[in-house]
Amino acid sequence: MLHPEEEARFAQLVLPHLDSANNLARWILRNRADAEDVVQEAMLRAYRFFSRFRGGNARAWLLQIVRNNCYTWLEKNRPAELMTEFDEELHLRPAATPESLAAQADEHRRLKDALQALPPRAREVLILRELEGCSYKEIGEITGIPIGTVMSSLSRARERLQQILTRTAAKEAS
Amino acid sequence: MNCELSHSTIHGYFDGELDAVRALEFERHLEGCTECQSALENLETLRARLQQGNLFEPASPQLRERIRKQLLGAAKTASGPRLGWQRWFLLPSFAALTVALLMLAMFLTQSHRQEERVTAELIDAHVRSLQPGHLTDVQSTDQHTVKPWFDGKLDFVPPVVDYSDRGFPLLGGRLDVLEGHDVAALVYSRRKHLINLFVWPSRGGGLNLASSGSRQGYNWMAWQSGDMSFYMISDVSSADLRELRSLIHP
Repeated sequence: MLHPEEEARFAQLVLPHLDSANNLARWILRNRADAEDVVQEAMLRAYRFFSRFRGGNARAWLLQIVRNNCYTWLEKNRPAELMTEFDEELHLRPAATPESLAAQADEHRRLKDALQALPPRAREVLILRELEGCSYKEIGEITGIPIGTVMSSLSRARERLQQILTRTAAKEAS
Repeated sequence: MNCELSHSTIHGYFDGELDAVRALEFERHLEGCTECQSALENLETLRARLQQGNLFEPASPQLRERIRKQLLGAAKTASGPRLGWQRWFLLPSFAALTVALLMLAMFLTQSHRQEERVTAELIDAHVRSLQPGHLTDVQSTDQHTVKPWFDGKLDFVPPVVDYSDRGFPLLGGRLDVLEGHDVAALVYSRRKHLINLFVWPSRGGGLNLASSGSRQGYNWMAWQSGDMSFYMISDVSSADLRELRSLIHP
């Protein structure tokens, strides 16, 4: 299928973004095992369709495939998640006693819970921007959100995350 | 008071996505708008928390291995539930595919071994550099002092840029050796922590390192740009490393 040179190009351009692929899938699906399955399939897909890659941004190209596979998987396996606006159940999970855990682990859990309470589409733009450092253009390419609305999507996602974190902090203080 | 801009434009400004004219306009507005000032602070706090929260989830070694095997396995059987209809698609070029996938698998295995070795070597180099007197041969925060220092010592010119204004001051540089070749080592600091950035010419494909990882409490990140290979290692968070990387290659 791929010529040896193409093979090397795939290994050089696409494989290095495996960590990013895993990170995105992990955050969209909120589960390690499911994310790994989807990433594995996405990698095979990327490999098969590598001839369609026209050069340019290999990370965005791969993440777009990963992202689409994640949503296909969600539609099939957990369609309810695509409907829920906000995951109350997760959000309302009682906080561990702050003094029982090291401060850093506590902060990690707090952020993770807050992110996971967001709807997947809000979560993904935050992950792409804050953890991947993607530009608006790249976020648009990966998610299919028109570039003009990337800013407002991020704005809404950040505000919601901020609200959840504020509420968590209030709950922990009380 | 509810400033409209604190919900919209401020995000573009914060993310560096406004054009110069709109950024300037917003800065003028910001001077007089306390709501936007505090919103901006909140955005900065939120970003810092997210980036320092250890939230990035790199691929596990198990997943890496599974992908390697899968690409190999696909060549061997070209069947199984995963492939479905695509097996028909694969059949005509089955031999070619087998050869190609075997090459890729060999490439991955080899690069895995090489990766282990090089990663260990780079961690050693990093640890060695932290010994007193070993960090820098040329100690200067001035890129115009550090860059010429490498002249005549290496057969390539490493890019030397100080990022003090972005929170990564350059401390200096030194020569180091990796896999028997001379490499340039640039030293940056991040909140009192040290970051070693190794730079060397890729020479025919260069080293095949995974893009990032962590071991023994050190985070590292590797990439290639043009004909140069870059490898960064430190005890700072992987978010910090990604930030420095994006400064070096936006």
